[in-house]
Amino acid sequence: MDIKVNKKLGLKERYNLMTRDLAWTPTYQAFKDVYPYMQYEGIKIHDWDKFEDPFRMTMDAYWKYQAEKERKLYAIIDAFTQNNGHLGVTDARYINTLKLFLTGVSPLEYMAHRGFAHVGRAFPGAGPRVACLMQSLDEIRHAQTQIHSMSNYNKHYNGFQNWRHQHDRVWYLSVPKSFFDDAITAGPFEFMIAIGFAFEYVLTNLLFVPFISGAAYNGDMGAMAFGFSAQSDESRHMTLGLEIIKFILEQDPDNLPIVQHWIDKWFWRGYRVLTLVAMMMDYMLPKRVMSWKEAWEIYAEQNGGALFADLARYGVKAPAGLAQACKDKDHLSHQAWNVFYNYAAAAPFHTWAPSEADMKWLSEKYPDTFDKYYRPLWEHYAKEQKEGRRFYNTTLPMLCQTCQIPMFFTEPDDPTKVAYRESDYKGEKYHFCSDGCKNIFDHEPEKYIQSWLPVHQIYQGNCFCPDVDPSKPDFNPLAEVLRWYKITWGEDNLDYADSPDKKNFEQWRVQATGN
Amino acid sequence: MSNVFIALQKNEETRCIINAIVADNPDAIINEQPAMVKIDVPNRMVIRKSTVEEEMGRDFDLQELHVYLITLTGHIDETDDEFVLSWTH
Repeated sequence: MDIKVNKKLGLKERYNLMTRDLAWTPTYQAFKDVYPYMQYEGIKIHDWDKFEDPFRMTMDAYWKYQAEKERKLYAIIDAFTQNNGHLGVTDARYINTLKLFLTGVSPLEYMAHRGFAHVGRAFPGAGPRVACLMQSLDEIRHAQTQIHSMSNYNKHYNGFQNWRHQHDRVWYLSVPKSFFDDAITAGPFEFMIAIGFAFEYVLTNLLFVPFISGAAYNGDMGAMAFGFSAQSDESRHMTLGLEIIKFILEQDPDNLPIVQHWIDKWFWRGYRVLTLVAMMMDYMLPKRVMSWKEAWEIYAEQNGGALFADLARYGVKAPAGLAQACKDKDHLSHQAWNVFYNYAAAAPFHTWAPSEADMKWLSEKYPDTFDKYYRPLWEHYAKEQKEGRRFYNTTLPMLCQTCQIPMFFTEPDDPTKVAYRESDYKGEKYHFCSDGCKNIFDHEPEKYIQSWLPVHQIYQGNCFCPDVDPSKPDFNPLAEVLRWYKITWGEDNLDYADSPDKKNFEQWRVQATGN
Repeated sequence: MSNVFIALQKNEETRCIINAIVADNPDAIINEQPAMVKIDVPNRMVIRKSTVEEEMGRDFDLQELHVYLITLTGHIDETDDEFVLSWTH
């Protein structure tokens, strides 16, 4: 008897059979009722089958490789915890980058999970649906593994315990929160350009690669492990972002102006959020991998340049804000860290003035700007602190209506002058940090007049616990806001030099190296 | 002409993959960073299953790359035998 042996299927056939061929066209219900969000953004799609997923990952392969990643990750986390890894980091100042990450970034991973689940459901094409489903699962994995990895630090250090509560309340956390809320309340196509393309493809390298390489460099195997594990998924996400923009642009020439506006908008929104990463890289890592400026040059200027040179064939131009962002690279981290130094009482992590050795590194990395504009500021703060007058700013800053960051950014061509922009809308005046943020507002004012601006909310009395009594003679509004934030005074906040974290770390280090 | 790049975690598996990339892409620029390696190649990079297998001394499915990948750039064309990144069309 002859046995007919079928040739093993190739990658392309396997992908087609196990994704495309599992989709169907609805007949019991009208197409537009099943996919109700496909029209209103103005994007025209004629043939969803033209979408190419170059990774051709099928669900069975997906589970196999994700399981492998999880096994590797948890083996490292267990080893790190069992070996008292939290004592092996360069310095406890480093731990503050993790507090920033857990409160600011991990909740966005969860929102990305929801966003891609929603968008995957909204798209009629089988290719993007499967890719969005995988990304949605990746994102919840990222949220979970980050929370899990960092839970070990919560046993030993202050400032981790109320991360979720704080994400919805604390002033600077409204920056990443409102960024993602903005994306998820847009239509499915805009969400894909916002998160899939502008954030994942153009900007995410600047968040994860230096942060995680920095974790490795500072002896934090836990964060390195979750970071690399998450980042291995990002390559797939980036590819989805690139393929979806190519697909949309190839489908209809009318899509170009809509997409270009979204690129301009979401580049700027994402770039503003990365302000937090800039100061993390230059000021918060005890051992630094590279400066923000160097990372910007590699990932935004060179890589972004290659990308937009390639997309030029569709008529796409580089984002409108790119030129200004390139000018800002010499200033961004210094200005941001200054603001956090000012408001160290109101944040659940510690700040500090850079040491002489830190400033030497900053001078080398920023030869045109650091000594001229920023060194005198840090020397002044250090002197004040030495004389027992560590400066804590107790007045609240004006916030940008769009990005919600305090108005500290300077004019692109004058680093001594703070940039102010404003728009009038329905009899009210709105304030912005930049042309980029003003343009975003002017295009969709009805969306951005709803911004939940922490400073406005504090002044309106919306940021106090229900039992507060403002008529009491000893009423202290700042202390009451911190109580509502669930920040423990003297433990979670203030300068690193005076923190229990520093004291504990030094004691543990002594214990770790002898009896 | 723009570079394409790929960044991989640094471990025993990727040591073989990086050797294979260098063998198949003579213009490759290797940049070692803490815990990771970034490889740039002008315009086009190919990762060949057969070369990786020779380096590893075992079977290698190109999709295993997903376990070690950190980031990449360029258009992807993947078959069972080759994984190509390029800026050409």
